[in-house]
Amino acid sequence: MLDKSKINVGDTHSEVVVEDLKRTQIVQYAGASGDYNPLHSDEIFTTKVVGYPSVFAHGMLSMGLTGKMLTNYVGDASLKKFGVRFTNQVWPGDTLTSKATVMSIREENGETLVDLNIETTNQDDVTVITGSAVALAK
Amino acid sequence: MPKKDMPIEKSHIMMFARSIGDPNPIYYDEDHANDSDVGSIIAPPTFTQASAQFDPDYFLRPKIDGKGWFGSGKEPTGAKKEGSSSGGDGGGAAMGLHAEQHFEYHRPVRPGDILTPETKPGKTWEKDSKRAGKLKFSESVTEFRDQNGELVVTAIGVGVQTEKPVEN
Repeated sequence: MLDKSKINVGDTHSEVVVEDLKRTQIVQYAGASGDYNPLHSDEIFTTKVVGYPSVFAHGMLSMGLTGKMLTNYVGDASLKKFGVRFTNQVWPGDTLTSKATVMSIREENGETLVDLNIETTNQDDVTVITGSAVALAK
Repeated sequence: MPKKDMPIEKSHIMMFARSIGDPNPIYYDEDHANDSDVGSIIAPPTFTQASAQFDPDYFLRPKIDGKGWFGSGKEPTGAKKEGSSSGGDGGGAAMGLHAEQHFEYHRPVRPGDILTPETKPGKTWEKDSKRAGKLKFSESVTEFRDQNGELVVTAIGVGVQTEKPVEN
């Protein structure tokens, strides 16, 4: 859990959450999540029928990868809220970096809550996820 | 309405954590988890999305009753040309993309929980976009309650139907 005596507004934490994303990892996410939309695993369907350049990651895989950075930073079972917008697609071969920024630290109903801004970018510095989170601190 | 209860199992949590590349032992190592402040294995924050596994009618899973599937087989699309609810050209269903996802956590999800999701439609709105034509957004709010009726996770999803594939 975040320690309120050790964090300040403006602090950041960032991690590379996936390097050179493999199609197989996307398939792995399809199997675990149950979302078998062929856009994520079926290159023939996705290129020939729908017209995308290749399969691409589930938005929720990008969010899951981003969440890994977040839980590494705020600790296990400490999140109160986590929300994102998917601003660009994530493709096989992408390397993603996720960053959390402390926006405010506040007391509410006897708890210390930390508001975080979230952003995940790819290797070309294109933002693929923007979002926010609220975490419990001690 | 078909039953969609999501029994939380630790092997499913382990597989889900692997799929997001998360090696945190709180998601699979019972000894580590039991000795931690959290006290047990828990699920990663986006895990309730896997409730799709337990929805008998989930449209993005090939069915075992021979109803067909819109992904490629012998042909680029396996969808039948007519009479298919998944879109005649096979591309219809695939034009739906995930625009936003928000979670509120009321307590951690643990193995042994049985979560019952209840989904209500939310707002809908439209927007024009240079990259994908007319966009139709729709929101849904899903409350996951446990075996005691207590609220565990609230999930708000926003889907978007695009007029054409998103230009990159």
